[in-house]
Amino acid sequence: MSVAVHAPETAAPILSVRDLSVRFGSSRGPVLALRKVSLEVLRGSIVGLVGESGSGKSTLAMAVMRLMPSNATVTEGGIQFAGRELLTLPAAEMQRLRGDRLSMVFQDPMTSLNPVRSIGNQLIDIQYRDRQLSQFEKRRKAADMLRRVGIPDPERQLGRHPHQFSGGMRQRIAIAMGILEKPELLIADEPTTALDVTLEAQIIQLLRELRREINGSILFISHNLGIIAELCDYVVVLYAGEVVEQGPVRELFHHPRHPYTQALLECDPARIEEVRRELPTISGDVPNLLRIPAGCVFAPRCAKVYDRCCSEHPVDRAVGQGLVARCHLLAEGAGA
Amino acid sequence: MFAQPSDSVVTVVVEPASPGFIVDLFRRLRQEPLGVLGLTLVLLVVFCALMARWIMPYNPDKIKVVERFDMPSAIHIFGTDSLGRDVLSRVIAGSQIALGVGVFSIAVALIFGIILGLLAGYGPRWLDNFLLLLFDSVYSFPTVMLGLTVVTLFGPSLETLISVVITIQTPGYARLIRTATLSAKTSEYILAIRSLGGSPWRILLIHILPNIIGPVLIIASMDIPSVITLEAGLTYLGMGIPPPAPSWGRILQDGFDNIRDAPWIVIAGGIPLIFTTLGFTFLGESLRDLLDPKLRRIV
Amino acid sequence: MAAYLVQRIGLSILICLASMCLLFAALHAIPGDPATIMLGSRATPEMRDRLNHELDLDKPIIVQFTSLIGNVVQGNFGTDIFSQRSVGVEIMENLPDTLILVGTGLGWAALLAIPLGCYSALERGTWIDRLTGILSVGTISIPSFVVAIYALLLFSVQLGWFPVIGAGDDGNISDQLWHLVLPSFAVGLGWVGYLARIVRASMLEVMSENYVRTARAFGLPEMKIVLHYALRIAILPTVTLLGLAIGGLLSSAVFAENIFARPGIGKLIVDAANLRNYPVVQGAVLSTVALFAFAMPVSDLIVAWLDPRVRAAF
Repeated sequence: MSVAVHAPETAAPILSVRDLSVRFGSSRGPVLALRKVSLEVLRGSIVGLVGESGSGKSTLAMAVMRLMPSNATVTEGGIQFAGRELLTLPAAEMQRLRGDRLSMVFQDPMTSLNPVRSIGNQLIDIQYRDRQLSQFEKRRKAADMLRRVGIPDPERQLGRHPHQFSGGMRQRIAIAMGILEKPELLIADEPTTALDVTLEAQIIQLLRELRREINGSILFISHNLGIIAELCDYVVVLYAGEVVEQGPVRELFHHPRHPYTQALLECDPARIEEVRRELPTISGDVPNLLRIPAGCVFAPRCAKVYDRCCSEHPVDRAVGQGLVARCHLLAEGAGA
Repeated sequence: MFAQPSDSVVTVVVEPASPGFIVDLFRRLRQEPLGVLGLTLVLLVVFCALMARWIMPYNPDKIKVVERFDMPSAIHIFGTDSLGRDVLSRVIAGSQIALGVGVFSIAVALIFGIILGLLAGYGPRWLDNFLLLLFDSVYSFPTVMLGLTVVTLFGPSLETLISVVITIQTPGYARLIRTATLSAKTSEYILAIRSLGGSPWRILLIHILPNIIGPVLIIASMDIPSVITLEAGLTYLGMGIPPPAPSWGRILQDGFDNIRDAPWIVIAGGIPLIFTTLGFTFLGESLRDLLDPKLRRIV
Repeated sequence: MAAYLVQRIGLSILICLASMCLLFAALHAIPGDPATIMLGSRATPEMRDRLNHELDLDKPIIVQFTSLIGNVVQGNFGTDIFSQRSVGVEIMENLPDTLILVGTGLGWAALLAIPLGCYSALERGTWIDRLTGILSVGTISIPSFVVAIYALLLFSVQLGWFPVIGAGDDGNISDQLWHLVLPSFAVGLGWVGYLARIVRASMLEVMSENYVRTARAFGLPEMKIVLHYALRIAILPTVTLLGLAIGGLLSSAVFAENIFARPGIGKLIVDAANLRNYPVVQGAVLSTVALFAFAMPVSDLIVAWLDPRVRAAF
């Protein structure tokens, strides 16, 4: 069960994922990609979703957008957006939400943008719901947004095509598309992974500025802890389809409780304090999602594993200043 | 030059093809209904061609003017044509022409294509460019036009027809072999052999050829319907094999000239063509579908 | 862009030249005197000499070749042996009819194939998709002239719905259209299947691309996604292929024109071939090769117009 603990004065959540489990059918058997995942995004906050490749981050994003492939099934749980249950929403309703109140920025802007359509047209396409605006006004709105995300001389750029822009520019365009209709929730799926460090910093800066303006919430997905630390208010750590820990960013980064989070932070090169010969790693591999081990999912790789970990699945416990983690070590008297 | 679809079809599979592979292939073919249908039709035509002498009810060339334009009956199952010849017998005899021309020309075109393709791929650059230009020029000719041109010059005959088919088919195969040779030339396997002192010809014949022969054969067998069609078509126009040879095209021509009085001739002439082309195409497509996934796994 | 065009056109010209070389070589490769072979054994020495003189066969080979090229460049394809008219004129008289036939045949095939292919891709696995697939393979392989003959038999001879021969009366459009129905059906039938398969394959590929996913993520209506995002890109390989289709189309036209007794290049060339009227055959072949060789750069141009990435590459 999720125990979302934010500062009491913030508003109700814009997104509430409860016990979501997603299964993929494959020729080799069912893959349990997400298992009882729960998280919340409060209005006006930026929630970071952290995990390695294959942890299920993108699956979660796709589940919220209801854009999962045909072999994916939601086996249990619910997703509520602005109070409405998304999973049972008629397809036409869902389509109305997308791009309007709920939108997404993808990882690779080169393949995510239509190569044969000008970016102006793509920005105008998104506005098809605005029947009051004229074509001219839609163009202007598009140009304004381009300017806002830092693209110079936007009127002229409207006629250009994605391949005529650099990677950083393309991602700005993707962000412009994402926030054009002032969504209440923007899901950013690893928007900076494909960019180099300088561009990455610029995009993060842009998102920070925009946050004030768009008055919406962001679910920011990444595997880069540094960025999460800079940008987000609240962090959710995903490992092999389960939320192993979540909490306010400062608390999680300074006092992580789950061994996986701790190991992750140790491995982050930016945070290494001693000079060592080797970079620290987490030994072992991500588990094969076809055969989930009984007990704690991180047990095979955990440095602090003991017998209970392999037989019994840990439950969520609230610890510290608003953290929630699932680890047997957190049971009463077993360490803080 | 102009990019052809065949440029991307063949990738070099550097693994020996085993006889068990073929048996397994046919076993899997049994599960594809279209493939089974195709195989049945092909076997039917092959049977007719091989057993023609024994299964023809009458002599296909025997003229019996008294029996001209007899409708199909128990005596003449497909009726008779304008000279009183039994149409069924002519159709069966025609299968020999169709398959004979088809298989022979494609076989010869393959041989030429292999030689030219190997030369183009392995030889000096100027030879490659020259041969490519040659291939593309012939390739650009609409096939029927090419046939008509040659026949105008050399007169209609069996030899002319076969030469036309060989000329038309060779560039396609040569291009395939060339592409495979080019990509094989730089594969590590081949480089290793060369570094061990293997001679180019040995490499070509023993290592490269056996690996690409599989897909090439399938592509060649899928050309059989178009070759048979070309032969029938040219003969129909009067430009192919001269009478009285019972080519299906000749039967169609005779039937067309008498389409109002004896429509059965034209129907009888078209059916074997349809069976043959459908049969080979269904069979070839199924075989290729079965072969592709396997190739994908190996490569 | 200009450099690319020049290169492509240059290539086409090269192909035309090479074809002329081949034709020339073929003409002189035949054993014996070309004129005798063309006129047959009944030819008298005077007829032979006259033909040799007309075809310049009595001059040295180099001179023949250069004058051939020179003539062709000027549009002079020689003289029809029998009618004594200019071959070029005869070709120009007949070319429009063939183009109309080929155009309508391909036109209806494309109009049917593109929606079919799209539908098959979108509703993959349904019975319509599977049926379309089987019919596609079937119609591709069946010879078009057999289709033409059977169509003629059924719809003209037996049922009498359509006229049997000719292209219709001049000036009477509806009559001409009526005469066009069966021939263009026969020409186009094989193409429906072929084009539908290609469109289907392209659409399947495109629909799984990321930009379609993005369009869906922004809630764009499905029709807009299919038309402006998917089909717009999936259609490009088809356009390229249509350029290559001219060769096959012209071959089908040869048969259709002969079976339905329509005027056109096809009829011209077959009649000429039957009479061993070599200059006409040569002229017709060279013009079709030229058509074909230049159709390909044209389709490349159309693709460049449709796809801004191609434009940018030059």
